[in-house]
Amino acid sequence: MPRINSTDELEKVRKEILSLRDPNKPCISICAGAGCLASGAGEVIAAFKAEIEKQGLTTDVDTKGTGCPGFCERGPVVVIYPEEICYLQVTPEDVSEIVSQTIKEKKVVDRLLYVDPATGEKAIHESDIPFYKNQERTVLCNNIKIDSKSIDDYLSIGGYSALAKTLTEMTDVEVVAEIKKSNLRGRGGAGFPTGRKWEGSRNAPEKIKYVIVNADEGDPGAFMDRALLEGNPHSILEGLIIGGYAVGSNEGYIYVRQEYPLAVVNITLAIKQAEAYGLLGKNILGSGFDFTVKVHQGAGAFVCGESTALMTALEGRVGEPRPKYVRSNIVGLWGRPSVLNNVETWANVPLIINKGADWFTQVGTEGSKGTKIFSLVGKITNTGLVEVPMGITLRDIIYKIGGGIPGCKKFKAVQTGGPSGGCIPEEMLDLEVGFDELTKVGSMMGSGGMIVMDEDTCMVDVARYFINFLTDESCGKCVPCREGLRQMHRILKNITQGKGKEGDIETLEELSETAIEASLCALGKSAPNPFLSTLRYFRNEYEAHIKEKKCTALSCKELISYYIAPDKCTACMICARKCPADAIDGGKNRIHVIDQEKCTKCGTCFEVCPSRFGAVKKISGEPVPAPISEEERIITRKSKEK
Amino acid sequence: MSEILLQIDGKEVKAKRGMTLLDAARSAGISIPTLCHHEKLEPFGGCRLCIVEVEERGWTKLVVSCVYPVEKNLIVRTRSEKVDRIRKMILELLLAHAPDSPKLQDLAQEYGADKDRFEKEASFCIHCGLCVRYCAEVKKKNAVGFVDRGISKEISFIPEIASKECNNCKECFTLCPTSYLQAVFVLTESLAFPST
Repeated sequence: MPRINSTDELEKVRKEILSLRDPNKPCISICAGAGCLASGAGEVIAAFKAEIEKQGLTTDVDTKGTGCPGFCERGPVVVIYPEEICYLQVTPEDVSEIVSQTIKEKKVVDRLLYVDPATGEKAIHESDIPFYKNQERTVLCNNIKIDSKSIDDYLSIGGYSALAKTLTEMTDVEVVAEIKKSNLRGRGGAGFPTGRKWEGSRNAPEKIKYVIVNADEGDPGAFMDRALLEGNPHSILEGLIIGGYAVGSNEGYIYVRQEYPLAVVNITLAIKQAEAYGLLGKNILGSGFDFTVKVHQGAGAFVCGESTALMTALEGRVGEPRPKYVRSNIVGLWGRPSVLNNVETWANVPLIINKGADWFTQVGTEGSKGTKIFSLVGKITNTGLVEVPMGITLRDIIYKIGGGIPGCKKFKAVQTGGPSGGCIPEEMLDLEVGFDELTKVGSMMGSGGMIVMDEDTCMVDVARYFINFLTDESCGKCVPCREGLRQMHRILKNITQGKGKEGDIETLEELSETAIEASLCALGKSAPNPFLSTLRYFRNEYEAHIKEKKCTALSCKELISYYIAPDKCTACMICARKCPADAIDGGKNRIHVIDQEKCTKCGTCFEVCPSRFGAVKKISGEPVPAPISEEERIITRKSKEK
Repeated sequence: MSEILLQIDGKEVKAKRGMTLLDAARSAGISIPTLCHHEKLEPFGGCRLCIVEVEERGWTKLVVSCVYPVEKNLIVRTRSEKVDRIRKMILELLLAHAPDSPKLQDLAQEYGADKDRFEKEASFCIHCGLCVRYCAEVKKKNAVGFVDRGISKEISFIPEIASKECNNCKECFTLCPTSYLQAVFVLTESLAFPST
């Protein structure tokens, strides 16, 4: 690779790359993101390569493994260029048909297209699929266009032009001013204005400063940063270099969790490629600006996503937070000014530099500009990554993009903001998504996790689950978090097991106050949110659990019983055969009865009882009806007599 | 060094830049309870008992006085209904570990904390870290350290170091507010380096 020494040379290299590429040459791009790889994309890529060779098309067709386009529910996702035909759930068996039909004959393979479940219409292009159609993909959109391991691909779509613009046309002050003007707010959780953070560091008197990428994404069910880092690592790198230039830092760090091996590989490779081109290192593009980047792999602690804990860990010590009465952009890593931004925040930087702050602020609400990527998971038809404009309603995300709740179930709540976020009920679905809006209703933006829950979800159990997660992840340094969460989890567990007592809610509220007011870091300060928000909107569920020992969602094992309604049971024996505990008594023509002593409440009988009978019932908060007499249990097949 | 004037519990207090609120209060004879603070050690901010209320330009917030730096014209209240309520809760949480600690009992009496509010825990360590930090910062031996994380976190002597250093020192023993440390040491000694 030749070293690029100036902006002109960069443009020359870009032209060369483009001149070697024929936009009309067919290209098969297969998502090689973590989700699609898990559903077999690796085999699909290998099959395409083999098939193309077999059909003698090696020089006529390109294949590439790209980043995640977001539609993980239907992976592996394959897009054929230049027509942009989108095939879903592609298996190696489909490959030869795709090559012979679509590549050679230019025909669409109908059965691999997206079918709208409502209208039955098929969508040929990605942009016709409702999941994509209702998104606004400015950050994620490049994932599918490039091979995540190729810097040339990134350059071919205009990569590093923002860096070139910064280094040649803008002063550091102008860069900070542009980011400030864009009102970009941190995508990692708290939503602190990025420009102000940068400005603080830039103005700090110390000579040595740092810029850091927070890629310690640890929220259950969240994979936005992972997809970006795996799919388009150069965009984050470019943002980071620009940030370094703006604040006067020559050293950057990428703190990425070790559990993201592909992200580690791709970003490390991206750094090497950028170094070879001279986009990192000494005298970048002849500007006199030096910048190096190191990758640091996190050792698997959730709390290290917290800024001070992350910096302590980077220093090589135990990842525990430290008091932050002076902000870390002034006193951070090794006591020096350090700008720490989330992956998605950095990925937005080159876009803002290239297109301008005014372009960025066109989208969004008063306080929250631009787009936000959410990972839409849980009880939702279209699981995946979605990028939406700030200000979109939760309802649009869940129904228009997410396709609603599967299995004809009713929506109950959506949990946003990660484990320390909150649950938002149905009556608030028209809430516009934004940092301040979500905080106002007792939740938060967080890094963009969005877990949809249906009517079968017990909200007390949800609170217990998240408090348990946070108890596990507490670093243990301060008392309100370590001891307070321990007690909160114990009480919540008791409530879900029917051992709740009067006064529990009040004790939980008191523990919450102490954690919020007195904890050392944001983990402890926000940890009571799952409890507080579920109490706020679903207090009746807490009271039912405590007073009536009833789980209204019929979910808490200790509070439910399975019961076979004698008038519905046809003695088909299916449940009796499947019961792993041998707890169902019954035989041919003998109505089945569950032995409550033996029953382990696994729910198998409930699941296997044919829906046309619907004889197995879940009940809670009421005694199981006494079994009917032996005589009454005998079925004489009346139906045959009729 | 420049002098900073602030108000603590209605009293004008002179402090030096770089002092914490706790330093300033104590220098003026105002007491704030602490468990993890030690004058020879770097501030830790773990027990949170020294929480106080500060008012700045009309804004009131709770801060931990052992790490919060003094600022000009700050108004500090070392007791308030909320501060007392939080201290009481912190004490009750710790009393689940060490109900018989004299230090905790004295504080419990002052703040009306109920030692039986929460179910008792097996370990009576309250994780103030005095032993760990004293050994590291003052003695520079690192013979005792924290192991594990969160609710599983415990103190542990490193036998290889402890067998050489501890018998002649034991300065940390008197620091421990719950005497848990001695128990851990005796256990380590008997298991790893019996003193025969």
